[in-house]
Amino acid sequence: MTKASNIAATTKTIVKKHGRDKSALIAVLQDIQEAFNYLPKDALKAAGKSLGIPFSRVYEVATFYNAFSLKPRGEHIVKICMGTACHVRGAAAIQDKMERTLCIKPGETTPDNKFSLETVNCVGACALGPVVVIDTEYHGQVTMNKVDKIIGKLKEEGAQQ
Amino acid sequence: MVNLTVDGKNISVSEGTMLLEAIRGAGISIPTLCAHEAVSRSGACRLCVVEIKKGTRTRIVTSCLYAAEEGLIVDTKSERVLNVRRLVMELLLARCPESDVLKKLAQELGVEPQARFVADTDKGKCILCRSCVRVCEEVVGVSAIGLFARGSHKTVGTAYNEKSDVCIGCGACVYVCPTGHIEMISTGDKRKIWGRTFKMQPCDKCGKYFAPVDQLKFISKKTGVPLSELTVCTECR
Ligand code: SF4
Ligand code: FES
Ligand code: FES
Repeated sequence: MTKASNIAATTKTIVKKHGRDKSALIAVLQDIQEAFNYLPKDALKAAGKSLGIPFSRVYEVATFYNAFSLKPRGEHIVKICMGTACHVRGAAAIQDKMERTLCIKPGETTPDNKFSLETVNCVGACALGPVVVIDTEYHGQVTMNKVDKIIGKLKEEGAQQ
Repeated sequence: MVNLTVDGKNISVSEGTMLLEAIRGAGISIPTLCAHEAVSRSGACRLCVVEIKKGTRTRIVTSCLYAAEEGLIVDTKSERVLNVRRLVMELLLARCPESDVLKKLAQELGVEPQARFVADTDKGKCILCRSCVRVCEEVVGVSAIGLFARGSHKTVGTAYNEKSDVCIGCGACVYVCPTGHIEMISTGDKRKIWGRTFKMQPCDKCGKYFAPVDQLKFISKKTGVPLSELTVCTECR
């Protein structure tokens, strides 16, 4: 399947799953992001069309929430918590270390499409600070060493595949 | 009918009348930017604030969105109202320092730019009132534009800042915009708006270019009137 027809077909299935209900727009966008790791423009257009929502309105919603990304993201999404508790426990140093390890800044993706770096404000696990969330896994009390270990492991996993 | 007091004057208005209309009907002026008769209300500019009193409690409300109530006591010029309005004006001015409309309004209200509010340089003249988006959706019915992102990044435009394929070039957004933010350039047989160039239709009788061809096509499709009957301008009709 070509990329474009894959986007169209996947979007169609997702919209159908939500009963073509206008009020399910956010849920539809979440599913699209789950499928592609970001919100492709063609998917937004297709979703709007089949839900009967103007493209401009869909784009309003897609740009409103930080959880939605309009840019393709890497296979692994690394989120560094910058909340108050993590901040006082050295989140800035962890961010610096992570940036040097992955060679990217927050909001960017590595050239091999493996990692995207993001910063967030409190993930609700303050007692574990500084916290780094990778995909759905929470890493607490992160240190410089731990950054090397976690990222090293993920890189290895990729190499084995 | 509902009876209320505005600045000490007893007035009565029909049920459902907004305070703004009630107050203006009593001959008292209230500054507004975002309330436009063509679109539903957003309460975005906050300039129309007044103080209301119910029993012993007083409160600041936006008069354009507050329906008149029996026995309500409204003050449009209290110190509190003027303070709130001045602050709102100062913030609007800091957002759009280039807007002549805002500059003039500020002068009328005796407001000057404040050093404590750093002036924006990237917002143009847009105060994010959403009137343009509403007219495009509610009146024109195409929803070509929207307000994107949020907070200090919020901007008006077309999705992805690209040419919209549903825009018909009618210029209704330009017409309702209170500050003149939206740029529409008409030169002879062409009109440019939101990054798209539209071909204009000359009037069959006087030859004047009067509307984008796409707009006439849209009207024809909506009303069923053949396009050939729409190619005469309103003055020659
Ligand atoms: S462009 Fe004008 S009408 Fe549209 S939101 Fe901005 S100020 Fe309001
Ligand atoms: S501040 Fe990081 S989890 Fe709360
Ligand atoms: S006129 Fe009431 S908020 Fe703008």
